Amino acid sequence: MSATARLVVVWLALLVLLSSTVAATFLPLGHLRSGVAYGIAAAKAGLVLWYFMELRSEEGLTRLAGLAAFGWIAILFLMVAADYLARGWGF
Amino acid sequence: MRDPELHEPFHDLARQRETDRFGMWLFLASEIMLFGGIFAASIGLRVVHPRAYVAASQALHLWLGTANTAVLLTSSLLVALAVEAAKSGRPKRVAWLFIGAALLGLAFAAIKGTEYWLEYREGLMPGLSDAAIESGAQRLFMDLYFVSTGLHAVHLTIGVVLLLTLAARALADKLEGMTASNVALYWHLVDIVWIFLFPTLYLARPA
Repeated sequence: MSATARLVVVWLALLVLLSSTVAATFLPLGHLRSGVAYGIAAAKAGLVLWYFMELRSEEGLTRLAGLAAFGWIAILFLMVAADYLARGWGF
Repeated sequence: MRDPELHEPFHDLARQRETDRFGMWLFLASEIMLFGGIFAASIGLRVVHPRAYVAASQALHLWLGTANTAVLLTSSLLVALAVEAAKSGRPKRVAWLFIGAALLGLAFAAIKGTEYWLEYREGLMPGLSDAAIESGAQRLFMDLYFVSTGLHAVHLTIGVVLLLTLAARALADKLEGMTASNVALYWHLVDIVWIFLFPTLYLARPA
């Protein structure tokens, strides 16, 4: 596939994911709702990182620099969630 | 396209390129951490006030937010195509694709501005016009909404200025491929931040 065709296919996939996540807000998904919304967001971000931001053709060090921030953020979210979710457990 | 020049302290272009790219990614990582604080705040707000968070989210304009997401994703495609054009040495094509992406950026700002105007009219703007804000938690949500979309809009504005500057340099055939792809990375990051702001602000619905 030519580079241009590949980028256009990725863009189409992004629009399909956008339509899916909006459609999902009208479905009775219950407790899966947030997981679906953020799962689709992560898939979209992954496509942008891998194809548009060219992590697919970068060296290991650059890939690591690109993905490290998401690792640090995961730690931040884990700590914040651990605090808020554990309130009211009555220690 | 202008050929890359070798600068001190590098001995070869490949190493210079890798360092350049690594530095750009470190900067982007700091941007990700900046927005990370906002997302962490949204987690706290949503855990403590789940019902009010959903009600506040439902009061936003879902279709305008959706249209804006599509606009931004499309602008990212044009920027990625511009980087591809830079690699094959076609500065005119680079310039027009960057201009197209910048125009989509302005379209995003126009839609966002329309939303702000509607929220002002509906009484959902804390401090200025807040007649329709029903609870302290909804006020916090709207604060989060305006701070996060406002910070995103600042980044978008910087991105539009960068894209137009680079388009002018490409038309004069003075643009280096590395500069083009680093600005492209910045634009895509603005897109990624929005990709996560969209479900956080617009898509919260009852469990």
